[in-house]
Amino acid sequence: MKTNGYGFWIGSAVVLALACIAAATIKNEYYFFAAYIVVQFVVLATAWNILGGYAGYVNFGTSAFFGVGAYIAVMLIKWMNLPLGLQIVAAACVGGALGFAVGLLTLRLRGIFFSIATVAVTIILETAVINWRFVGGATGVQILRPPVMEPFDSYTKMLFVCAVILAIIAVAIARYIETSWIGRGLRAIRDNEEAAECTGVPTLKLKLAACAISGALMSAAGAPLAMYQSFVEPASAFNLTYSVSALAMPIIGGTSHWIGPVIGALLLGTVQQVVTVTISSELNVLVVGVLLVVFVVGAPQGIVGLFVKLREKIKGKNI
Amino acid sequence: MTEWSFDVQTMTEPLLKITSVTKRFGGFTALDGVNLAVAQGERFGLIGPNGSGKTTLINCISGALRNEGGSIQFSGEEVSKLPAYQRTRRGIARSFQIPRPFTSMTVLENLLVPLEFVAHRNSLLRPDTRAEAMEILQSISLADKAGTPSNQLSQVELRKMELARAMAARPRLLISDEAMAGLSGNEIDEVLGILFKLNETGITIIMIEHIMQAVMRFSQRVVCLDAGKIICEGTPTTIVANADVQRAYLGA
Ligand SMILES: Nc1ncnc2c1ncn2[C@@H]1O[C@H](COP(=O)(O)OP(=O)(O)O)[C@@H](O)[C@H]1O
Ligand SMILES: [Mg+2]
Repeated sequence: MKTNGYGFWIGSAVVLALACIAAATIKNEYYFFAAYIVVQFVVLATAWNILGGYAGYVNFGTSAFFGVGAYIAVMLIKWMNLPLGLQIVAAACVGGALGFAVGLLTLRLRGIFFSIATVAVTIILETAVINWRFVGGATGVQILRPPVMEPFDSYTKMLFVCAVILAIIAVAIARYIETSWIGRGLRAIRDNEEAAECTGVPTLKLKLAACAISGALMSAAGAPLAMYQSFVEPASAFNLTYSVSALAMPIIGGTSHWIGPVIGALLLGTVQQVVTVTISSELNVLVVGVLLVVFVVGAPQGIVGLFVKLREKIKGKNI
Repeated sequence: MTEWSFDVQTMTEPLLKITSVTKRFGGFTALDGVNLAVAQGERFGLIGPNGSGKTTLINCISGALRNEGGSIQFSGEEVSKLPAYQRTRRGIARSFQIPRPFTSMTVLENLLVPLEFVAHRNSLLRPDTRAEAMEILQSISLADKAGTPSNQLSQVELRKMELARAMAARPRLLISDEAMAGLSGNEIDEVLGILFKLNETGITIIMIEHIMQAVMRFSQRVVCLDAGKIICEGTPTTIVANADVQRAYLGA
């Protein structure tokens, strides 16, 4: 499953072009409303995988970064009405800094202790926002959408294309990390941290970098939420389901290859949207839970792993 | 061959100099004021009964553990406060008593980690690290396993890969922690041969070994550790004859 540099960028250009064509031709806004969520999860799952998949540090705090991104956007809108692009950039910067800080505090912990610490961070941040009047406290804050920018005819479509661009950036970063020496170092950390350190891998530095990049992308994904919903409240922006989904999607798709989180997010995200429309949004959590258990037990390498096995089998038969 | 004898006092700047190093685990003192000096190019043996602190000493030298007191100087520089990866970059490499392969990688990829993070970390040109890893594997006849996932290796192959990975960091000092435990006679000879060959290229080697015969054949100088203290030091022949060593090993 190796794609060379050109193949990846051509593929990305095609995806972006298709997104734009869809925005220009499809009239029903609802599709974009749903697709936005799915693409947003591509960003979150890809971001999670940089630390959780490559380095093996299971982060339960995706919703903390996501919520911070959303609230950075709220702040900037209320303060000086900055445009969406700048909201995202600012959210990414703050998310990166937060990732670095959280990493400094927690990355010396291993395994389950790190995971618990990331849950604590979510709770602390949500509590802080609940008690912050400027951004609406526990009741949340209403946001007025500015008029939509040319050439888009609806704000939701614009947000959708924006999310696709974010997803391409996130996947490109993950792919670069995976195929470079950084990725090799992170994998060494996951396999055996002590051996990694003794073979020259600066483990703490690499983990901090991974945590900061991952955090920046998660917060960037949260920034457009304010515009998407025209309303932000702590309970939904910091909702634990973001943490659960961002972890489940890469595991279901496969954590070892950048395509894994993308497949997992497209698949699970779409199922979630369908279930929400046809049955209820409460059932989403159940769907995620069941799929997660099935994959962890039956296919721990995820869908990518199943493909690799299948290919090997076919190869074996041919020889 | 003449008997080698190194006198710590008259040694012109040793490569590794350990002064009163102490390590405690809770209330238990695993290393108690250890002094040690290893010369450039030396083949140095470290023996001692189980639990005497050999691995702990190696952990302190390599940076996997921090010593509480004393100093560790490598090539004249104090390294005891440096993180492990910095020490590896300065030239201290080790193998692990219980092999710690990077299990998601092939044998060759295991070697790429130190090649990329130590040997070529500042190379502007992209050196052919795969060819270099292959060369190392050939030198220890492990080349046919280059593409094998490292979690499918036999015991002796794992041990050899541990050494190969340490070699790939291009060390000046290589510490081998019981690389021969559990191996057959032929396999022991093979690993010994590898270490001799490395030493001929100028690499200083500290060998920790439980198998007396192997240490005695290999080492120019041997130190015996017991309960965290050095109880004696000398040539292999004097060590074997030493009453304290016999008492420590045989409880006699
Ligand atoms: N991380 C650790 N925590 C607590 N005790 C340890 C630790 N590592 C080693 N020890 C103890 O220190 C002593 C020396 O162990 P070790 O250095 O592994 O001995 P050797 O390698 O000579 O067999 C043993 O009693 C061991 O139980
Ligand atoms: Mg030991």
